[in-house]
Amino acid sequence: MAKKKKEKVQKPKKHLFNKKKQLNRSFAGNTLLFVIMIICGAFMVLPLVMIVNNALKPLDELYQFPPRIFVRNPTLENFSDLFVLMNDSWVPFSRYILNTIIITGGGMVGHVVVASMAAYPLAKNNFPFKKQLFSMVVLSMMFSWTVTQIPQYLIISWLHINNTYLALILPAWSFGMGLYLMKQFMEQLPDSMMEAARLDGAKEWQIFWKIVMPNVKPAWLTLAIFQFQQMWGNTGSLFLRDEQLKPLQYSLQQITAGGVARAGAAAAVTFIIAAVPIIFFLICQSNVLETMTSSGMKE
Amino acid sequence: MSKNTETTEAVEEAVVTETDTAAESEAAGQKVSEMNTDDGSDQGKASGTASGSAESAMAIAKKQGSIGYQMKRNKESYFMMAPYFILFFFFTVLPVLMSIILSFTDFNMLEFPTFVGWRNYVKLFLEDNIFTIALKNTLIFAVITGPVSYMLCLLFAWIINEFHGFLRALLTLIFYAPSICGNAYLVWTLILTGDRYGYLNGILLKLDIINEPILWMQTEKYVLPVLIVVQLWLSLGTGFLSFIAGLQTIDRSMYEAAALDGVKNRWQELWYVTLPAMKPQLMFGAVMQITQSFAVADISINLAGNPSVNYAGATIVTHLLDYGSTRFEMGYASAIATILFLLMVGTNKLVQKILGRVGE
Repeated sequence: MAKKKKEKVQKPKKHLFNKKKQLNRSFAGNTLLFVIMIICGAFMVLPLVMIVNNALKPLDELYQFPPRIFVRNPTLENFSDLFVLMNDSWVPFSRYILNTIIITGGGMVGHVVVASMAAYPLAKNNFPFKKQLFSMVVLSMMFSWTVTQIPQYLIISWLHINNTYLALILPAWSFGMGLYLMKQFMEQLPDSMMEAARLDGAKEWQIFWKIVMPNVKPAWLTLAIFQFQQMWGNTGSLFLRDEQLKPLQYSLQQITAGGVARAGAAAAVTFIIAAVPIIFFLICQSNVLETMTSSGMKE
Repeated sequence: MSKNTETTEAVEEAVVTETDTAAESEAAGQKVSEMNTDDGSDQGKASGTASGSAESAMAIAKKQGSIGYQMKRNKESYFMMAPYFILFFFFTVLPVLMSIILSFTDFNMLEFPTFVGWRNYVKLFLEDNIFTIALKNTLIFAVITGPVSYMLCLLFAWIINEFHGFLRALLTLIFYAPSICGNAYLVWTLILTGDRYGYLNGILLKLDIINEPILWMQTEKYVLPVLIVVQLWLSLGTGFLSFIAGLQTIDRSMYEAAALDGVKNRWQELWYVTLPAMKPQLMFGAVMQITQSFAVADISINLAGNPSVNYAGATIVTHLLDYGSTRFEMGYASAIATILFLLMVGTNKLVQKILGRVGE
């Protein structure tokens, strides 16, 4: 399955439009679609362009009339301002970065492991209540986490993990879409692979670690990046009270809230917040798309 | 890894594997009867044991068919799933159940909840005018941004699929980027600033379309439309990626066959070949877009404020946050959450049914 797709992608690269699909393509249609794409693309990309330009604008250009989108005298002043502000902060800035690494990293790694472990039996074995368990997970994708926010807060207090990293990490591990995507992806693996290992006397967990996991690498990357996107924007304000435990995102938001005097640093902050997930996605794009081919839902 | 696959292939051919339990119990039955016939010396005894073995085979089959045996046999599977589902229970299943139970109580986080029956719901629908506004706004959001964003996801994915190589990767990134860049949508506050320094006002003033700056986020009639535009900008997310990926997998020979069958242009091709072929992705995308369109809150709070002017930007989620994290009326907030839950799941189920019929 995966092999087939790679062949397809690699074929015609030199043409703007795919030569092989020229069957039912008219020049007028191509032009029309091209124009639509340019207009919509401009609308989509403009705010992102503004983020980049604002981060490079000196303060006087940020408050200029009439406002201009593109920067005239690009400068890195905003970033150096940001560093000054960081050094002034009450908790050392490296602490915020460390917190973010622990929370996001812990959430990502744990989620990939825990969700894959659950996805493998659901994809490949038959046992009672399999359908019910999986449909519960699908159901959980049909509502957003805001619905469960209040009881989740109560449960976290009961478990006494309030005000620890675990309050953010543990709920993230059971993120429904990760399990769903992983399970769908694992379903494509040929059964013969596992059967043979089973006949050699391999235990289920050995099959899982040694055969299944190395074959679903694109899916782990996808789960990791989706998890990252979920956790990156989290300020942790609900669960983390100690300043020592708060993530980077929190301190960045504090800086943005600083008003006119900090407008430059705030623009730099917005740039960093937006750039990190985009770069991460850029690196993993082909893996993510490969995983998403199996994302389809059957009734 | 390569070692494993080699052995896999070698053994695969030699042995017939038993996958389902029916096959296994049959095999077990055969074994028993074989043993019995070997033992038997005279005819009568042999037939007697044969019927006996048939019974015991039945018993074994019955035992193996029972849920308890099946669960025991798949012990390892359950152990592997345990960590995920324990967490899933604590952070998803239990919260939903608690939310439903708490919605029938009065609970302020300090005292033990007291049961109040349907009172929270009665108050929500009959007395709470802001909830009515929030519900109306949420439905407007859902009815507009849901289908529109769904169509846009499909349209853009379809167009992007016509491109190749670098250009395709770039376009995918451009369209997908807004939905992943955290709260970078705050850049819209700069665009929508109410004075002359706002980008939108600046451009409109320059072009002489307006004479004085418009207070976009403080004028009731602009709030909802503007929020809808921003939401659409943000909405090309996971569903969009799923569509792009789904389009890539459609077999090209299907298009060639369709062309021979008289499909004349790309629009017909889309309708008769592409859409039916990517139905599973369409279902997945629908779930993503619907859930997203009901949960609008952050953009409303950050762009229009909470509470917004005359509650023009209030949605069910902002109302929920208002009661849950500001007023600590948890019973009431749970009732709001339960209604939101029912709305989201109900709409999803309904749309799944409708989409299930497409192309049948």
